[in-house]
Amino acid sequence: MDGFTISLLAAAVQSGTPILYATLGEILTEKSGILNLGVEGIMMVGALAAFLTALTTGSPALGFAVGGLAGALLAGVHAAVCLGFQGNQVVSGLALTILGTGLANFLGTPFVGKSGPGFTALPIPGLADLPLLGPIFFRQDVLVYLSYLAVPLLWLFLRNTRWGLDLRSVGENPAAAAANGLNVVGWRWIGTMAGGFLTGLGGAYLSLAYTHLWTNGLSAGRGWIAVALVIFAFWRAERAMLGAYLFGGVMAFQLRLQAAGTHLPSSLLLMLPYALTVIVLVLASWRQMRSAMPAGLGINIEPPD
Amino acid sequence: MAISLRIRKRQTPLKLQSGLVLAGALVLSLALSALLLKLQGKPAGQAMLVIFQGAFGSLWALEDSLIKAVPIFLCSLGVAVAFRLQIWNIGAEGQYALGAVGASWVALSFPSLPWYLLQPLMLAAASVTGGLWGLIPAVLKLRMRTNEIIVTLMLNYIAILFLDYLVYGPWKDPRSFGFPMTRQFDTAAVVSKIGESNLNWGILVCVAAGVIFWIFFRFTRYGYEIKAGGENIRAARYARIPYDYLVMLVMVLSGALAGWAGFLEVSATVNRLEPSIMVGYGYTAIVVAWLARLNPLFIGVASLLLAGLRVGVEQLQLDFQVPAAFGQIMEGLILLTVLAGGFFVNYRFYLGKKD
Repeated sequence: MDGFTISLLAAAVQSGTPILYATLGEILTEKSGILNLGVEGIMMVGALAAFLTALTTGSPALGFAVGGLAGALLAGVHAAVCLGFQGNQVVSGLALTILGTGLANFLGTPFVGKSGPGFTALPIPGLADLPLLGPIFFRQDVLVYLSYLAVPLLWLFLRNTRWGLDLRSVGENPAAAAANGLNVVGWRWIGTMAGGFLTGLGGAYLSLAYTHLWTNGLSAGRGWIAVALVIFAFWRAERAMLGAYLFGGVMAFQLRLQAAGTHLPSSLLLMLPYALTVIVLVLASWRQMRSAMPAGLGINIEPPD
Repeated sequence: MAISLRIRKRQTPLKLQSGLVLAGALVLSLALSALLLKLQGKPAGQAMLVIFQGAFGSLWALEDSLIKAVPIFLCSLGVAVAFRLQIWNIGAEGQYALGAVGASWVALSFPSLPWYLLQPLMLAAASVTGGLWGLIPAVLKLRMRTNEIIVTLMLNYIAILFLDYLVYGPWKDPRSFGFPMTRQFDTAAVVSKIGESNLNWGILVCVAAGVIFWIFFRFTRYGYEIKAGGENIRAARYARIPYDYLVMLVMVLSGALAGWAGFLEVSATVNRLEPSIMVGYGYTAIVVAWLARLNPLFIGVASLLLAGLRVGVEQLQLDFQVPAAFGQIMEGLILLTVLAGGFFVNYRFYLGKKD
């Protein structure tokens, strides 16, 4: 493979990473039976919280953690509205996106264009020298490596642990789970907030590693792409990785075409990831994605009499 | 056995108290917004007053609010049609954009037509482009079982970028000094103002659309079937209601109404096509539809309120240098508190024994 292709694939991994974190988060949330359409807003808030923390403390690592916490907090609002007050999950998620995007743009306005400390590439000795795989996967920043760990961990958690099974059964059949003595509402709170934490990390990646500076509207629809990818991935972590890198690839490709001064207008190139999302959804539905969807997804449970 | 606070779903939701709950939710969201300003070191109480006065405090302000309420109202009526069938059309923003594009195409292509032909033609073109943009997610949903929320949302991004492409490229006015905009429409393509005021006859289109909406759902078979299908899809299918057909119908109507909003915005308000018409009316419309519980009269009231919020926040921006995103925060908070408030309408509380 030539240098251009390899650097493009490396860029695909990098620009796919924020989407990957967000997709993993939404998978966790939806597995517990809660549909959270606030991913875009949560990413924005996570991105700003991470940026401001890193800027004031000088520690990107702390920023990353705070980005996740801010995401969990905002997701908690969704949990409170849907689980505490029986609000419609679709509308609450939309409201969360409006609120989160508004909050980030409001609080971030004084910092537009300011750059802050962040993560830079840290090649892993040995692995980085592997042919092909080295330059693509192992000359990235620490947060990318962390996402390599997050994928199998989420996969193992959902598949092979007692708690993962409990969380999934709450999402599949809340009535049966409750009859078995599980705290349905409690597990859904956990799923929503933990998912929000991961989604917030995705936002944090954007401001800390992808750009190193703040711009309003930083997320630019990545949150919605993540929501679509959950379906594409059949709610499975390992497939989310594939999907996220596919989108990262398209985004990186589009940027490179622009930089190369192609004759195609940039607005048409910018359509690519969004058009691809629609195509991916169509493809996913051919493969009977309904069977993979948690059966209790998006449906509020009535409080017992 | 311990006595504790229990809840139970009401047989019928409260009617009288629901107004009270709505008021409470609005007050709470305003208080939270004010708190946010306070934390930013801005005079919160004064700011709320500025928003109100900026929106409704003078004739000029009220006119501005009414003008902005027009596209919000039409988009909101559109999403309400779809929401009544439980089809989540989040795509009003894109359908509005394509409506504006369709209307502009007519205005730029047939400049010699008299206004009484040109404007109905623009309206028709906007209905077609907006309606077709709504039909795509409907067909994909029925044929490919895709999720309409995500598809309509992605189509928003694509529509806005398409509008950008047109005004930066083929439709750009050569005399615009590089600004992305089409040439100004001829007077025949501009919906005229009412008398001496700043208002235009587009308001009449809104009233007509609202009345048709009401008649459609009150007196026609399709209107009834849409409501029935929205309440219980299974029962509706059992009763042989043509669900697939209805999905396409509501999405076309929804898109066409948003298209009308786009038509009025380029024709009456801006007089040309430019990217600045995309200010999120399509998203505000969703908030409005939900606040108004899909009722056309309430949609009118809520559109005016949220349009006023936008105008008021613009004033706030000037007076206290508060970023425009503050309006978005308030919209989000209003929607969340009202959503949570619905709980107190649908459930009752009582003290009972734990078993």
